[in-house]
Amino acid sequence: MRIPCPLCGSRDIREFDYMGHAQALDRPEPEAGAQAWDDYVHNRDNPAGPTRDLWFHGLGCGAWLVVDRDTVSHEITAAALARDVKGGAA
Amino acid sequence: MAELVAKSPCAGLLPISEGGVTVSEVDPGPITAIAPFRGKEKTLNTALTRAHGLGWPAPGQSDAAGDARIQWFGHSHALLMGVAPKASLANHAALTDQGDAWAVVRIDGKGARDVLARLTPLDLRPAAFPVGATARSELQHMQAAITRVGRDAFQVMVFRSMAQTLVHDLQVALRAVAARG
Amino acid sequence: MRLDKPGQIDRSQALRFTFDGREYGGFQGDTLASALIANDVRVVGRSFKYHRPRGVFSAGSEEPNALVTIGQGAASEPNLRATTTELCEGLVAQSQNRWPSLEYDLLALNDLFAPFLGAGFYYKTFMWPAKFWERLYEPMIRRAAGLGALSGAPNADHYEKAYAHCDVLVIGAGPAGLMAALAAGRAGLDVILADEDVRTGGRLNAETVEVDGRPGADWAQAVTDDLYAMGNVRIMTRTTVTGAYDGGTYGALERLSPDVAARTGAPRECFWRIAARRTILAAGALERPVAFQNNDRPGVMMAGALRAYVNRWAVSPGKTVTVFGNNDDAHRTAADLLAAGVHVAALIDARPEASTDLPVRFYAGAQVTNAHGRGGLEAISIATLSGIDKVQTDCLAMSGGWNPTLHLTCHMNGRPDWSPALAAFVPRDGAVPGLVAAGACRGDFSTHACLSGGLEAARAVIRELGKRARKIDLPQAEDAPYRISPLWAVPGKGRAWLDFQNDVTVKDVKLAATENYSSVEHMKRYTTQGMAPDQGKNSNVNALAVLADATGRGIPETGTTTYRPPFVPVPIAAMGAGAQGAGFAPQRFTTSHQVSVDMGAPMIEAGLWYRPSYFPREGEKTWRQSCDREVGMVRRAVGVCDVSTLGKIDVQGPDAPAFLDFLYTNMFSSLKVGRTRYGLMLREDGHVMDDGTTARLGEHHFLMTTTTAAAGQVMKHMEFVHQCLVPQMDVSFISVTEQWAQFAVAGPKSREVLNGILDDPIDDDGFPFMACGPVSVMGVAGRLFRISFSGEHAYEVAVPARYGESLFRLLVQRAEELDGGAYGMEALNVLRIEKGFITHSEIHGRTTAFDIGMERMVSAKKDCIGKAMAARPGLSGPEREQLVGLVPTGAVKKLTAGAHLFDAGAAPVRENDQGYITSVGFSPTLGHFLGLGFLKDGRARHGEEIRMVDHVRQIETTCQVVDPVFFDPEGGRARG
Repeated sequence: MRIPCPLCGSRDIREFDYMGHAQALDRPEPEAGAQAWDDYVHNRDNPAGPTRDLWFHGLGCGAWLVVDRDTVSHEITAAALARDVKGGAA
Repeated sequence: MAELVAKSPCAGLLPISEGGVTVSEVDPGPITAIAPFRGKEKTLNTALTRAHGLGWPAPGQSDAAGDARIQWFGHSHALLMGVAPKASLANHAALTDQGDAWAVVRIDGKGARDVLARLTPLDLRPAAFPVGATARSELQHMQAAITRVGRDAFQVMVFRSMAQTLVHDLQVALRAVAARG
Repeated sequence: MRLDKPGQIDRSQALRFTFDGREYGGFQGDTLASALIANDVRVVGRSFKYHRPRGVFSAGSEEPNALVTIGQGAASEPNLRATTTELCEGLVAQSQNRWPSLEYDLLALNDLFAPFLGAGFYYKTFMWPAKFWERLYEPMIRRAAGLGALSGAPNADHYEKAYAHCDVLVIGAGPAGLMAALAAGRAGLDVILADEDVRTGGRLNAETVEVDGRPGADWAQAVTDDLYAMGNVRIMTRTTVTGAYDGGTYGALERLSPDVAARTGAPRECFWRIAARRTILAAGALERPVAFQNNDRPGVMMAGALRAYVNRWAVSPGKTVTVFGNNDDAHRTAADLLAAGVHVAALIDARPEASTDLPVRFYAGAQVTNAHGRGGLEAISIATLSGIDKVQTDCLAMSGGWNPTLHLTCHMNGRPDWSPALAAFVPRDGAVPGLVAAGACRGDFSTHACLSGGLEAARAVIRELGKRARKIDLPQAEDAPYRISPLWAVPGKGRAWLDFQNDVTVKDVKLAATENYSSVEHMKRYTTQGMAPDQGKNSNVNALAVLADATGRGIPETGTTTYRPPFVPVPIAAMGAGAQGAGFAPQRFTTSHQVSVDMGAPMIEAGLWYRPSYFPREGEKTWRQSCDREVGMVRRAVGVCDVSTLGKIDVQGPDAPAFLDFLYTNMFSSLKVGRTRYGLMLREDGHVMDDGTTARLGEHHFLMTTTTAAAGQVMKHMEFVHQCLVPQMDVSFISVTEQWAQFAVAGPKSREVLNGILDDPIDDDGFPFMACGPVSVMGVAGRLFRISFSGEHAYEVAVPARYGESLFRLLVQRAEELDGGAYGMEALNVLRIEKGFITHSEIHGRTTAFDIGMERMVSAKKDCIGKAMAARPGLSGPEREQLVGLVPTGAVKKLTAGAHLFDAGAAPVRENDQGYITSVGFSPTLGHFLGLGFLKDGRARHGEEIRMVDHVRQIETTCQVVDPVFFDPEGGRARG
């Protein structure tokens, strides 16, 4: 498997760590309540098909990536810097 | 009064040579990690160019001007090498001394790419990785920064503490490549 | 026997080898199989289950019978295929699965019991009683069944792994692959052409076909020379592409030639990971046998293989050969044999309409029904319309048709399509993204079709990659139609083999169907068909055809089993190459490593780091003596310890204070410049992640430390928090762990030691407890932190790593002058336990700030990672196991880490568990063992007696629950 890092180009999967669904980007407000926090920290869908998850290019540039991926075909359709997706890019 | 004695990361380990490929330790001079403050990328670029004749490198690029070299170093950093940074750069970027943090070696010779092909998943074909190209990647089990410094020459950086493993892994690859002839 | 014709062997280079201890001769260019055939060795191994004698069956990597062990002693390698083993001078080969010898195998008795050993035999027989399985049945079965065995000794051979990248990977260098590589190479693409044979050409080396008017092999060689000359085509012979993976990644196993592998430092095999933008699969086809009674006799082999032996290696496995087939290849085989001067006793074609011009005894519409001759083929029975004919023969070549080698197209869950015209499965387009099949593996069997298929596939790929195809003339070659009439199994009595390697017969598959294992996947597992090292390359299609027949379904409805990588066996040694011994993981050495080793300190691993356990002195016989002395030294005088392995992260930027406030539970924005503060970090789920001190070096500049073990994890966490949660914060950070060598100088005389090396001496006012700042260490710019992990008046002094070794020597020397010295991890651990300081033994991932008594460190003034979840019910309160100290009070004085805690009167069973011990050490300061542990509602239970039970080491100790800070609870020593 290879991931197209927006900074480094296509790289072998061994350079990356997997974190899970990109909903980890959407941290609730401190007072959002138990259910919101439980969903954020623990609850995840397990889709057969398109999904969007977070990968860390730890053995490469150190960037966190948001990767669009199909869990059935394994096709990767897009990869973006998490900081850009989050909208706080410098 | 006694004095503190400096020791290089690969002291006593290099050079090694096999089948026309040589690995030698490089004294990189000062190394400073530069991370631009938010919104200061442009002024940093100007300040860098004025101070050292080098602009901020694009991802995967390195550049040199006189003794000064600049090397892209990941999503937020570049390394200024060979010269001490001008103090004014600190107005635009976080500066961190990295001059003792890295073992820096140079792999030279016709088979240099073949040696690295045993250790890193990087695509080092000349078209994909020309002279001046630099990458953060894996070298065997180590985090590394690899830069092409010549047609058949690469600079490799790993954490200083891993110098012995670096030399070990290179030695094994060197021998295997040489044995194929 | 060796034939009187040239072949592709070099008769000027004679080679000697041994097989089962007997010496034989062969030539350069031979395989072990061709050399054995040249020497008339007919029996080369015994079968897996029935121990039946077996001979060479094929001429490639699909070989089911001729598995041998190569080499001797530790370097011996079992289960290698004689058909792909290059002959070399002094080769030592052994047959397998026979005892005491190949000719006389006692376990051949199994063959007599065959009626009882059919499919599912083990499942049916050894079900009861259950405990007999492990003790009796399994060892018995394992001894009786099996192929080669490992030597049991560590293998000193070198293996290698490597990476390659290309625009186009061409798999297979037969006519299709060569044309594809030629076209792609001429278009300027980076090409890798991989083939498992030692030379390019594929079937052109085995056939007598011509290409452009010259022998096919010569054409192949000429094209290969062209490819070499291009510079952008890399030809990898001896390389089997073993698997297709996501994103255009392929695994490939390269066997180095024996002469290269014999050189010092050279690998025996190399496992390649090839990243390709496009792939052209030109893997050819595999001929399939026909099942009939005793079709496993030595001397019965594949027709295409026989042609390869005759044409390429100039050997014939028989003097009187018969040929049996259901397609035109049988005729081609007979013709080649006749041309080579080998006597052909009969040509049997199952197709009634078949005819021949060849001067041989010809049977049309006939079938071979039995093979006779126990040690090797002597005669065959042929069923004709007029009855049974028996023909004397010592070699039967059979052809049941060809199966495209489409395995790789199915590695990503693809399924092949059934072609009734070819009576074979063909690959489905697009099954592996970026891969196209060409030539025989696509079902195009004529030489012309292969050449043009390879060229067409390359043209499409060239276009897709944005290049222009150069004009290439298609060479002239035969374009004979492929005519076949399916024949899977000849009806009749007796055992007819499908899977030769796992001894699975037609009967077994029918039995599976009868017993309702009618799905092809169930049949496979019930009969073990296709589960041997050859993965059923010769038998899968035949077996499912027999199953389809037995279940009354068609072949497409029956379907295939799942094709999985690897295509050929890959040694684990090759996949994990380089990761043994010193290559297992990076070794991280501190700058003081050599000095510590020279002082006699044994090293222990801490993550990837190596740290000294203790520094033994003369007269000290046990580690405890050294450790006790070192603890006393620190409490009484001064000790020096390398703490460089702790993670150090430089944090800068206008938002650095706010970022640290968010990262840690406690406040850092309120920390004064020149001061240091302990910090606690949670995971978002509310449990403790790490702890450490952070120094404020400037308004916007902090230096934080992590534990040694968690440094990488914390760095990744910080990158996540910054990039994914608060990218608007203007902060950057970088590891400086390796930049600074840092040493703890601890004990009442620590300042005295430091003032000997600092250019400007320090005092208590200028440098109080928790102060930090830049210092000049003998002219070198360093940093000093007044922090303590021992509870003593202590400092950590840091200099750039190049000076680390030198500074360590000086510090130790000065400390020794003051009755102190270096201390190691053992003493460090005891010192911190005496003070109740936690490590990852305590913050092991399941403890909360509340559990370790630090809930007040979770600031109420701000949000931080983990704060919301830490407030959940169940993560605090009396039900939680809380950090306590434990001291032995009874007759047994020993405490052990990992032991569990029980109330004095309660039985030591899980239901009564009250907690557990995480750290223990003998305190020379207090004169007894100390333990840190977690106890239910522990903070309210100080003073209680509790029972420690170590079920593993059988130790029971009565303890008293105490405050976890055993020594100097007021902390006066660190401040003083």
